[in-house]
Amino acid sequence: MPKVIVVTSGKGGVGKTTTSASFSSGLALRGNKTVVIDFDVGLRNLDLIMGCERRVVYDIINVINGEVTLKQALIKDKHCDNLYVLPASQTRDKDALNLEAVGRILEELKESFDCIVCDSPAGIEHGAFSAMYYADEALVVTNPEVSSVRDSDRILGILAAKSKRAVEGQEPVKEHLLVTRYDPKRVAAGEMLSVDDIQEILRIPLIGVIPESESVLQASNSGTPAIHLEKSDVAEAYRDVVARFMGEDVPMRFTTAEKAGFLKRLFGGR
Amino acid sequence: MSLIDNLLDYLRGDTKKTAVVAKERLQIILAHERAGRNASSPDYLPALQEELLAVIAKYIHVDRDMIKVQLEKHGEYEVLELNIMLPEDKRAS
Repeated sequence: MPKVIVVTSGKGGVGKTTTSASFSSGLALRGNKTVVIDFDVGLRNLDLIMGCERRVVYDIINVINGEVTLKQALIKDKHCDNLYVLPASQTRDKDALNLEAVGRILEELKESFDCIVCDSPAGIEHGAFSAMYYADEALVVTNPEVSSVRDSDRILGILAAKSKRAVEGQEPVKEHLLVTRYDPKRVAAGEMLSVDDIQEILRIPLIGVIPESESVLQASNSGTPAIHLEKSDVAEAYRDVVARFMGEDVPMRFTTAEKAGFLKRLFGGR
Repeated sequence: MSLIDNLLDYLRGDTKKTAVVAKERLQIILAHERAGRNASSPDYLPALQEELLAVIAKYIHVDRDMIKVQLEKHGEYEVLELNIMLPEDKRAS
């Protein structure tokens, strides 16, 4: 049964697109036929993060308007087989993303893909709503920061009340909490909300913790989803997320600070 | 947090970490916002308010904004609260 998964957060800049790129790549690496759709019409960026910006010819709005077929608009990922990207339009209006048309596209994609990942724009406006409406599951990306946690709570409220599953009284959207930009040292110092705190507040199951890392910037610089990086905590954390999503029991990592040596602890320094 | 920082904190006596403050603030504001969401969600409330108003208007002259219908959640129970403010003169007579 094909799955529609929305990557959402409410707040901007928390790592939705980074997560969409790495998560969809991870699903594809594990043999799932996967498509990742950019819903940020007007401000598309998934193409840059996936490194396919120069191969974009058509976009989702062209497909909605019936100007091209889905097949013509899909871009094959260069890093892994099984993965395709459907870019957002850079020029057109967000209102072109009408709910019914999005539903039609998703149904067509379900015929040939196992996983459909929807990269939501920030906010709770039309674009974000059309990205989440058809979702079977949701990755709620949250930073350990008050504004991000509050916005995530708002998004969870909308998923529970206004998604297709909610409106039609089906089984609710399966929600997963993904905490990103996590810094265990600052948590240990009492300067940052802990994963436990966030989970206690939002009350949804945790699917993973992505540590704050310089390598995320390096990945986006080069147009390579972070999951492909060698020797990177972020890459491993995303691989764990994908494994958990596929039902494996993987212990949480990167949630506690490495023990500093005695001298370092005594004299501080980080 | 180094030993020296810990020591300084201890001496200063300001032990409440910002993460703790953040959590408390979030718990309070989200409890409030969730209550607001749940109370406003049933879409029959406005209609119910209108119909009650019509019935009451048959007997007493009340203003539109003198009647309030609210749904509140108290743990397991949902409480439908109906608030009608009668005009001063009617109550006196």
